[in-house]
Amino acid sequence: MSMRTPLGKVRGLGSAKEGTEHFWRQRLTAVANIPLLFGLWLVISLVGAPYGEVRATLASPLVAIFIALFSISVLYHMRLGMQVVIEDYVHGELRKIVLIMLNTFFVFFSGALVAFAVFKLAFGG
Amino acid sequence: MSQTQAKSSRPLSPHLEIYKPIPTMVASIMHRITGVALYFGMFLFSWWLFAAATDAAYFDWVNGLFASLLGRVVLLGFTWALVHHMLGGIKHLVQDTGRAMEKRFTTKIAKLHFAASIALTILIWIAAYAVR
Repeated sequence: MSMRTPLGKVRGLGSAKEGTEHFWRQRLTAVANIPLLFGLWLVISLVGAPYGEVRATLASPLVAIFIALFSISVLYHMRLGMQVVIEDYVHGELRKIVLIMLNTFFVFFSGALVAFAVFKLAFGG
Repeated sequence: MSQTQAKSSRPLSPHLEIYKPIPTMVASIMHRITGVALYFGMFLFSWWLFAAATDAAYFDWVNGLFASLLGRVVLLGFTWALVHHMLGGIKHLVQDTGRAMEKRFTTKIAKLHFAASIALTILIWIAAYAVR
């Protein structure tokens, strides 16, 4: 049994029933994404480079950890952002829910590719 | 039933196309467009990374696509989109604290925003090509 009053439970949650969580996480991941410029620089410098060199760079511990961290933050951020875009422009309730689900699937699929690649490059030898 | 009908015939407020574009508005629209572009761009990055974890033949094919003229143009566009979105995001973070909201100032910032995003994109590419 909760000791909180019914009013206390819903206060500050708004019509979406989740308060400022979405806004806050968008900002949190936005800040976390700022070092991403380094990752972009890295990719531009590796595009077109020989396979061995790319592999060696991506397998180095710091780069692997960096890619893992920013991917989590980026994927979370882009899922939140796309959700807002869908909510703004798609008005049919069913279509909206389906697209929001697809948004999550897309993000997790991208994340699975990144996770597989980072682990294999870092630990695969 | 009557409720749904009332909903569908409700008038909509005027949207973007009736307004004259002003710098802050264009910056805002571009923030969203670049965000959506980056969303799909991130998938390209995942694909490239995945290819690097498979084998040399597959990676060389994917890396070749990325290194082609079209690939580089897309990567350049991706860089600009990311820089623009990031600068816009930093502006939002500052404005979240209630600062930098004056009309004259926001217009100046919006103009500077475009110049800065192009300059930073060029700098990143020079830095990336310098280490090769």
